[in-house]
Amino acid sequence: MIREHLPVLQVVLPLVAAPLCLLLMRSVWAWLLAFIVSLAALVISIVLLREVYAGEVLSYAIGGWAAPWGIEYRVDAVNAFILIIVTAISVVALMFAKTSVAQEVAGDKQGLFYTAWLLCLTGLLGIAVTGDAFNLFVFLEISSLSSYVLIGLGQDRRALTASFQYLVMGTIGATFILIGIGLLYMVTGTLNMMDLAARLAVLGDSRTVQTALAFLTVGIGLKLALFPLHLWLPNAYTYAPSAVTVFLAATATKVAVYMLLRFLFQVFDASFTFGAMPLGGFLAVLAAVGILSTSTVSIFQDNIKRMLAYSSVAQVGYMVLGISLVSSAGLTAALLHLFNHALMKGTLFLALGCVAYRLGSVRLGAIAGLGQRMPWTMAAFLVGALSLIGIPLTAGFVSKWYLILAAVERGWWPLVVVVIAGSLLAIIYVWRVVEMAYLRPPPEKLSVTEAPLSLLVPTWLLAGANVYFGVDTQFSVGMARQAAALLTGSSG
Amino acid sequence: MKDNAVLRVVTKIIVPVILVFSLYVQFHGDYGPGGGFQAGVIFAAGFILYALVFGVEAIERVFSAATLRIMTALGLLLFAGVGFWSLIGGERYLDYDAFAQEPLVGQHVGIFLVELGVGITVAAVMITVFVAFAGRTSD
Repeated sequence: MIREHLPVLQVVLPLVAAPLCLLLMRSVWAWLLAFIVSLAALVISIVLLREVYAGEVLSYAIGGWAAPWGIEYRVDAVNAFILIIVTAISVVALMFAKTSVAQEVAGDKQGLFYTAWLLCLTGLLGIAVTGDAFNLFVFLEISSLSSYVLIGLGQDRRALTASFQYLVMGTIGATFILIGIGLLYMVTGTLNMMDLAARLAVLGDSRTVQTALAFLTVGIGLKLALFPLHLWLPNAYTYAPSAVTVFLAATATKVAVYMLLRFLFQVFDASFTFGAMPLGGFLAVLAAVGILSTSTVSIFQDNIKRMLAYSSVAQVGYMVLGISLVSSAGLTAALLHLFNHALMKGTLFLALGCVAYRLGSVRLGAIAGLGQRMPWTMAAFLVGALSLIGIPLTAGFVSKWYLILAAVERGWWPLVVVVIAGSLLAIIYVWRVVEMAYLRPPPEKLSVTEAPLSLLVPTWLLAGANVYFGVDTQFSVGMARQAAALLTGSSG
Repeated sequence: MKDNAVLRVVTKIIVPVILVFSLYVQFHGDYGPGGGFQAGVIFAAGFILYALVFGVEAIERVFSAATLRIMTALGLLLFAGVGFWSLIGGERYLDYDAFAQEPLVGQHVGIFLVELGVGITVAAVMITVFVAFAGRTSD
């Protein structure tokens, strides 16, 4: 009986836990509640994934109002894949958060911290689950507003400016998305995504529809940190509390990629988005320039967190590159990289969180000789870094391999060069960290020890996942392929 | 502004009217224009007007920081609780048919409770935002 309600419980459980967290206020209880709820959400997403794995689509009518009049929650292979990424990362990041947040966030604010965390989780899951365009906007605002709060709770005072900068950019993005949805509503009179798709197919091309597509692409591009709309991201990731950086870096941009896929391939028809409108070439150029320029900028960063933040923008570039190929193989590569990037950036930011916990700094100069003092932490960092570069036997290799195959299939050789050049640039910026940590002697008076086990366990959990999904690709590739088939199939 | 007799007297007369009007907007929202959000804002506006004239401390006598926090949470819990009550009644989430034998009565009860939840949370958050900006430093 409870099975049929799982699509809504996925979103509503964290939503109800958030005010409970606010009532608890005591940091330990608030953490425990957030953790248990995240765990429950993970279990729900696993069950949902198993149900839709065979190609079934689950539809749930909120309030008993049937679609397209009521709000429909719709779970298929695409968003089940996203749900599992978001919930799994939330569980791992919360495991890490207990110790890390206790140090980085003031005691009386910790209850509020976990409240905001649960709201952010609600928003991200809601965006993924909902089949209603306006409902998507509401969840987007829930996740955005709570992430501004989470970022603003960083130790550094600059966290507040970073958060404000993100707020301004994010609000512009959300407004653009709302305008786009409004224009679509104007021409179709519906907000249900499936109904929108059916009606747009009949209506055909018009100036209003074109404008709607433009607004939606730019708006989602802002949330996605697509070059050159990425300016909010480096500061936000750098100054946020460590656990928040892990959570947002591994989930928020991924959910934005999901929104882009849903709109470009399902609400609008791919033949309209990439045929009548020249979006494919446009996205490919932005992605290629983004990969090369932000990877180069990464090399010159002194703060490792900021370096990885710029690298995140480049990684988003790879995903958009896969989308711009407009083929089943390209989408598979994009979705695969979405999954794998969550693993690798999660690992890297978790390892950095361990460093920040012991050293209180993540500057390049501060980590000299840390390979000897914190061997486990730095080894996890190394695993994540190898995956980021795309060394065989790591998850990063698999997705880059599929991306290159997809580009070759289309005969877009310059893109192959871009992907390889991006990986070479990644070697350079990662090497700067490795050299500092392993080849420099530690300062005489440096007396740090290995990070506590409560931080190392989640870090190695994700580091292990990087290796596991680099060897056994059955789940990740299978899921990505199925999701890609669903997206291209409905647009054909 | 406490020294200005006109402001003081007019505020004292007008605040009860604002509060009653907010309750009207709240509870008449099912039938006419209005609803929880508008009512919550109007309700908060009454307190904010009072605080503008008599000082922020006046609000604290009625709503302490802890009370506001509890109200914020309770409103949302009431809303979500209605949804869970539907689930327990064997209906879809937020399907108000679960609230009475007669579906029409169920709809009234359901939307009444949901809007009440919205109103409580909105009023509490509005007052919290005002108090935060009006210069109270300690939490």
